[in-house]
Amino acid sequence: MSTTFGIIVFPGSNCDHDAFYALDEVMGMETKFIWHKDTDLSGIDVIVIPGGFSYGDYLRSGAIARFSPIMNEVEKAANEGVPIIGICNGFQILLEANLLPGAMMHNQQLRFVCKNVFIRCETTDSIFTRGLNKDQVLDIPVSHGEGNYFISEDGLKELQDHDQIAFRYCDEHGELTPEANFNGSVDHIAGILNRKGNILGLMPHPERAVEPLLGSSDGRIFFESLLNRVVGA
Amino acid sequence: MSQTTQQEPEVTLELAEEHGLTEQEYEWIKQYLGRNPNFTELGVYSVMWSEHCSYKNSFLEIRKLPNEGPQLLVGAGEENAGLVDLGDGLACAFKVESHNHPSAIEPYEGAATGVGGIHRDIFTMGARPLACLNSLRFGDLENDRVRFLLDGVVRGISDYGNSFGVPTIGGEIYFDDSYEGNPLVNAMSVGVVETNYIAKAIAEGPGNPVLVVGSSTGRDGIHGATFASEEISEESEEKRPSVQVGDPFTEKLLLEATLETIKSGAAVGVQDMGAAGLSSSSSEMSSKGGCGMEINLDKVPMREEGMSAYEMLLSESQERMLIVAKKGREQEIIDIYEKWDVNATVVGKVIEGEDLIFWKDGEIKARIPAKTLADDAPRYERETERPGYLDEVQSFDLNTVSHPEDAGEVLERLLQSPDISSKRWVYEQYDTMVRTNTVEGPGKADAGVIRLKGTEKGLSMKTDCNGRYVYLDPREGGKMAVAEAARNVVCTGAKPVAITNCLNFGNPYKPEVYWVFKEALKGMGDSCKALDTPVTGGNVSFYNENPEAAVYPTPVIGMLGILENVDEHHTNAKFEGEDEVIYYVGGKRDGLGGSEYLKVIHDEVKGELPSLDLELETQLQESVLEAIQAGLVSAAHDISDGGLVTALAEMCIFSETGAEVEVRKLGPTAFDVLFSEAPSGILLTANSENAGSLEKIFEQADVPVYKIGRTGGEELIVGDLISSDVKKLGELYENALPKAMEHPEKGHMM
Repeated sequence: MSTTFGIIVFPGSNCDHDAFYALDEVMGMETKFIWHKDTDLSGIDVIVIPGGFSYGDYLRSGAIARFSPIMNEVEKAANEGVPIIGICNGFQILLEANLLPGAMMHNQQLRFVCKNVFIRCETTDSIFTRGLNKDQVLDIPVSHGEGNYFISEDGLKELQDHDQIAFRYCDEHGELTPEANFNGSVDHIAGILNRKGNILGLMPHPERAVEPLLGSSDGRIFFESLLNRVVGA
Repeated sequence: MSQTTQQEPEVTLELAEEHGLTEQEYEWIKQYLGRNPNFTELGVYSVMWSEHCSYKNSFLEIRKLPNEGPQLLVGAGEENAGLVDLGDGLACAFKVESHNHPSAIEPYEGAATGVGGIHRDIFTMGARPLACLNSLRFGDLENDRVRFLLDGVVRGISDYGNSFGVPTIGGEIYFDDSYEGNPLVNAMSVGVVETNYIAKAIAEGPGNPVLVVGSSTGRDGIHGATFASEEISEESEEKRPSVQVGDPFTEKLLLEATLETIKSGAAVGVQDMGAAGLSSSSSEMSSKGGCGMEINLDKVPMREEGMSAYEMLLSESQERMLIVAKKGREQEIIDIYEKWDVNATVVGKVIEGEDLIFWKDGEIKARIPAKTLADDAPRYERETERPGYLDEVQSFDLNTVSHPEDAGEVLERLLQSPDISSKRWVYEQYDTMVRTNTVEGPGKADAGVIRLKGTEKGLSMKTDCNGRYVYLDPREGGKMAVAEAARNVVCTGAKPVAITNCLNFGNPYKPEVYWVFKEALKGMGDSCKALDTPVTGGNVSFYNENPEAAVYPTPVIGMLGILENVDEHHTNAKFEGEDEVIYYVGGKRDGLGGSEYLKVIHDEVKGELPSLDLELETQLQESVLEAIQAGLVSAAHDISDGGLVTALAEMCIFSETGAEVEVRKLGPTAFDVLFSEAPSGILLTANSENAGSLEKIFEQADVPVYKIGRTGGEELIVGDLISSDVKKLGELYENALPKAMEHPEKGHMM
């Protein structure tokens, strides 16, 4: 049975085509765009909320997009256990929609940062990361101004206790050095899961790293891990 | 809304002069109209005949540049940007444009709207912008105001470009006192269009409806084009309202809706409302189509109340376009824009005849023949005089320079010069990868490279110009700017095909400035001819003057190159590993005139430039390209600022690998060899298996080729002259700019 990915397009999304290209052209998956004013997610097996600047990031990243009509359907799908990945702005939208805990602040240096970074897989106990090894290091680009993840101490403890931290920023050897945590995120957090494990928020962009020609293909490892699980399920 | 129409001032010669028009120009306006213009009409003429819109003092010169070639789909100046045939049913639209004056006053919005404006020039032709480059010039970083400007400009480019979703993949930055108070902010956009869907900026077919789409119109940017056409002065601060405000989100929506509209076939023509807004777009489209246009200003969506016809016609509110629709299909267009939450409003129609008629409040507020605005603007050949400073700077005796003992220390200082040091602090603030096409972003390659999805091809692009060279020798400097930009593109494995240019000069009414302008253009033209890279268009920015003098004459070249198979053959300046053979190919390393070495170590901007032999340059570029395409080259780097040893040090730094070379025989003295910026020189590396075949290519083309050493180890060793730890060099190179920006005074506005 084939798996269909649905990429939600908000006004101002600008990594929608990148995600489409990575999933459809490179990974060979059935992939569809879903306009934010639509209200139908039937037939979609995995929802992708792509990066970009939905509504110009005006007010606060993701703060307006969460009120788009499609978000009601995303919430329903989330409750039904449909896998959802939010990448960068998608992660910010999921936070604003309270589908994931915590919030994003401006990067600690108060500047936008775009570069390749290393992230370490922190749990293999999720459909998204089951194909990875614990502590596996991936070389994936980041590109954001508001990626400084924040959560209260209690909230952090909950994330830790329930194995909800999916990825942390690290150096090339997998060490959690202070320099590696370039944006100042709490506990080096680069990606988290919801309690149920069907929603992943990820600041780095795996869809930008699926071809050696563009510098890194470690994003492929991430998508392959996901595909093996979802397709096999 | 209550209409309190203000009494419009009476139009007199004095008022015309206040609008920047001369007495003669005022007479011409009266002749064209057959009567006195009213206040609104005077305003429209003044912006359309401003230097910025009319090119009145440059047109006759830029027309002399080589502008023909088999790959050009539209000629220079015919459309918003040049258009180059890429094959595979695709064409590339590309152009560079300045936003210097707005950025001098309000760096964030000035730079942001510069980026927005150049992208609109590209997508108004139906092309999707795929990459952006920036060519920036600032004063000395020791100056608080300069750091404020750099910080603001970079944030402006970053916030606009990142949100709009087009990667910034290259460019260059130079610092020199001459740019203090008048920074240069030039942005280049490169887009690709399927040849079936190229849009034209034309109005045709009487009765066809005219739509304004995009943002609503406000009072921002009124007289922006006129502001750009005068010198910056103490009073410039008062012109801050002439600086427009950018909204990248709206531009992104406008992009998607406009491309969809063009694909739908419902539009006859599309034109960006850039400088001079509604005046320029309506007159240019009508003039090109040989028709007129009738527009009811009451229908234009407004963001503030009580604006007069004068203000509406001169507003430069950003993110707007004018569209001529096919009659009966206007609703289709409105629906597309509505889907993207963007305004699209029918405001008038195409009419017979040649007049633009603007209605407001039931009255005709302006009636002007379109052609007299767009095509009949005055054109002048200005007086010229060779500047006196040239003799002094060129006669500088380089033999009087006493070289320091330690060449290694010189290298360290050069690597920390802000002209040469790493620009990571800048480019990491730009999204360099969005759209997943970036093969070479900023950093380790001589030019930016993107792949074209769905083909094997790639595009290589570079902006370049060493203003110091053009200052010291306008003709040679102009030649060198084109040649170096081409060489950069070649070093990525691309064939240079065409250029766009942004000609940044001082006040054209100063004969010395105009002499330099003409000479620089002649030099550029010589290189364009020799290298077969015609000029597809661009922009002229005069009046770049600081309180003391004109900025360095800076004709920025935007070079486009094509890679036939980007996956198989593209190169950058990073060694592929240890034990690679290092080659120098090209002419003698001879002559320190105009070099970064002289400027940084001896504080002199003087000397005769090393000359550029265009025959050798052409042979060199062709041979290097042949070697790269044959798969023989593992790394390539052009030798420019800081000379051969700086180029080699950069390659070591990018690779975190050392090198050992012997270079004495490449030039007359050790310092010439190490630091001369003589053109036509490239460093290559090759696997030793390929060495023989590589050498043969250059020998057959009669291009000097020297095997100078090998990669490996942790040190850069240059004969008995230099022995430096690469890690240390890398730290100096990387830390220089962040350190300069972390100055304790940072953050102070003035």
